[in-house]
Amino acid sequence: MAIEDSADQGAAKRETLSLWRRIGRRSELAYLFLRSPPAMIGALLTVLSLGATLFAPWVAPTDPFDLAAYDLLDSLLPPAWAAGGEARFLLGTDDQGRDMLSAILYGARISVLIGGASIAFAAILGVTLGLAAAYLGGWFDHVVMRIADVQLALPAILTALLIDGVARGVLPSESHDRLMIPVLILAIGLSLWVDFARLARASALVERDKDYVQAAEIMGLPAWRIMLSHILPNIAGPILVVLTIDLAVAILLEATLSFLGVGVPADQASLGTLIRIGTAYIFSGEWWIALFPSLALVLMVIAVNLLGDFLRDALNPKLR
Amino acid sequence: MALLDIQDLSVSFETRFGKQMAVDGYGLSLERGEIHGLVGESGAGKSTVGAAILGLLPGGGQIEGGSIRLDGRELVDLSQRDWHRLRGAKISMIFQDPQTSLNPLLTIEEQLVETILTHTKLSEAKAKTRALSLLEEVGIRDAAARIADYPHQFSGGMRQRVVIALALCSEPDLIIADEPTTALDVAVQKQVLALIRRLATKRGVGVLLITHDMGVIAEITDTVSVLRDGRLVEAGETNRVLGAPSAPYSRSLIASVPRVEKKVARFPQLSDAGPRRGARSDLAQRGAEWLLSRPGAGSKREGDILDLQGLSVSFRSGGGLFRQSRVVRAVKDVGLRLAVGETLGLVGESGSGKSTIAKALVGVHKAQAGALRYFGRPLALTEKRPARDPSRREIQMIFQDPYSSLNNRWKVGAIVSEPLRFHGLCKNRREAAAITTSMLALVGMDPDAVGKYPHQFSGGQRQRIAIARALAARPALMICDEPTSALDVSVQAQILNLLKDIQDRFGLAILFISHDLPVVRQMSDRVAVMQNGVLVEEGAADAFYKSPRHDYSRMLLAQTPSLDKLADPQILAAQTVA
Repeated sequence: MAIEDSADQGAAKRETLSLWRRIGRRSELAYLFLRSPPAMIGALLTVLSLGATLFAPWVAPTDPFDLAAYDLLDSLLPPAWAAGGEARFLLGTDDQGRDMLSAILYGARISVLIGGASIAFAAILGVTLGLAAAYLGGWFDHVVMRIADVQLALPAILTALLIDGVARGVLPSESHDRLMIPVLILAIGLSLWVDFARLARASALVERDKDYVQAAEIMGLPAWRIMLSHILPNIAGPILVVLTIDLAVAILLEATLSFLGVGVPADQASLGTLIRIGTAYIFSGEWWIALFPSLALVLMVIAVNLLGDFLRDALNPKLR
Repeated sequence: MALLDIQDLSVSFETRFGKQMAVDGYGLSLERGEIHGLVGESGAGKSTVGAAILGLLPGGGQIEGGSIRLDGRELVDLSQRDWHRLRGAKISMIFQDPQTSLNPLLTIEEQLVETILTHTKLSEAKAKTRALSLLEEVGIRDAAARIADYPHQFSGGMRQRVVIALALCSEPDLIIADEPTTALDVAVQKQVLALIRRLATKRGVGVLLITHDMGVIAEITDTVSVLRDGRLVEAGETNRVLGAPSAPYSRSLIASVPRVEKKVARFPQLSDAGPRRGARSDLAQRGAEWLLSRPGAGSKREGDILDLQGLSVSFRSGGGLFRQSRVVRAVKDVGLRLAVGETLGLVGESGSGKSTIAKALVGVHKAQAGALRYFGRPLALTEKRPARDPSRREIQMIFQDPYSSLNNRWKVGAIVSEPLRFHGLCKNRREAAAITTSMLALVGMDPDAVGKYPHQFSGGQRQRIAIARALAARPALMICDEPTSALDVSVQAQILNLLKDIQDRFGLAILFISHDLPVVRQMSDRVAVMQNGVLVEEGAADAFYKSPRHDYSRMLLAQTPSLDKLADPQILAAQTVA
């Protein structure tokens, strides 16, 4: 009888312990998040900038794409606090007389749209290929990973320029402006999928040798079902991390391409386009046209990176 | 004065839920030349005691009170500088895994000489002679030639001997050995334990041996203390504690150790998480009815459930696009037969090909040659992706590691019901949910487990869930690959009892794979022995354990730690009832 009693006590003790662990696990991410000021700053900035860009039509003072809304007479006005600045143009105006603040808000919108869409494209393509390469192995693995190697040997900018150039040559010129954004998304996506493919493959190789995958195989499940419903949820953590970090890369890449003049047309100016326009005026003293879009870009990239760094550390048990 | 004197030691860990006591009021007195065993199940705090003595508590760990005296010198609150002088010099450590405790980039000689020079004032030449004599002392044959080798050139047992030599370099007074033989095969384990015993006696070194293995405790320790949840349960002479345990916990712990000498019908087990009578029994009953109502169960199936002939499996390794791969033959021409309701124990040391046979039977590995018949019907074995053969549904598998065999991102309900849904064993969602809870009830789990994730359960509970998942496929044959090796001994007893119950109720055939001869003895009707991919002996279990025919089987049995010192489980069971 004595044994039974002490056993029950032991069981009760274990029960409470596992309850604590349960609560702990559920809020683990929240726990770490609240103890990481960089992560909180990153999240705050991300939410602020995403909010400002998403709600640009309501937040921005004017619509920079509306030809009737601006006047050439207002061109090249400095920020409101500088000598000669006007209160209605907080960050000054550009060479067309557009309000810089509005241009930045609308421009960031296009940057985020292109960055987000291209990273989604890259992630879907890369994770699918990487997962299949790891699980199926054999010649498929070899072919996919060799293509990835070739892709890695080409700088991302070069890939993007190449696709952009081909698209310009092939597409009829009247549909050009309309198709520029999808082409950019394709170009940036294709230059970033390798990150996802290699990561998905490496993580899936670890997972596929675990017993739960073998248990699924013993059940007779088809390969696609094992990959999608068993392995994918287990490698989602690291992929999420790369997703956030590469989002910053994609936004930068779009800005670079637009800066080089192969990106979006000037009437739908993204941040990169704004910076390109601004550089022409730096030496003539109109510094604000290049500076403020650049600051907005830096802020966005840092915010997303801070969040990505936090996720990387928080989701990687080895770093804790 | 005792060499090591611990009094009322308490260690706490700072966690985010506040302070938790890992060790609570532990005491110990160890003489020179004495081996003291510290035994307990996982989480008992035994490694924490070892770390506290070495001053190496992991982050967040703190000594709350008590004293640790080595030769009369207080170790608690020693400064970092003093620790550096003491650690390695007076106290050495032998780690569990010889694979990782040696530096793979340095030769054995370099590692030994470096350690000797650090702790003594010998010249380099003298240190080299000393290193050589140490290697000879720990029983490395042809030491003069092998001393220039790298760790990877030694086998696991030899490497552990080198680790012991390394621990002796500084002529320590106290050695702390944390699970020194857990990573080794039984044959090697016996030799390493004998070495530790010999060195302790000869050199007058005190040894604190931390282990979960009662066999190891019985084999070499003089005194023992049993730990549970950080508290000392019982301590004393090993013979007394193992032979006539007084505390209820140590009694139940010893009762659940499987014996090689004797087969028991059930483990006289206190049931921590076993099925409670009452509320769940009707659920379990429904599950039992479902399992027995197999379509076509009435029609008698003829012959052996499993007939395997001439199985050969080999692996390619290291090959690439332009490189020739190496072929490793893991299993060579093995034949096995299994009758309905029978348990065949498959034993052998690591690398003998036991698990490969299991994986080939369930179709995860493709075999190069062989024929497999299930009730006389041929099953895919050498084809591509043999697991896809639908008639394999009735062959299910239980894995060794319950932490990796369940998908951590799925809820338990989804895990257990997946075979039901996939094989179409139920008509609709409602029925699937009902069967799932009844399967969980059958293995002794509450129905509310369906909404939880695997990480919310302990190892033993996870193994129950894995068994429920296997049952949900309505198996006729269960392949258990080391199903309890990752579990504590009391949990092992529960799981083994559960497997026996299930077999008795549903007439399952079981292929029970294990390196642990006592466990296999408890489970098997027949035993088959594997060595280097070849089947060397097969026969009835009782006859095998009484008089093994093959030399290798005889060696395996002889090396298994003797549990003569342990009290008779039936007597303990009687005490439990009384």
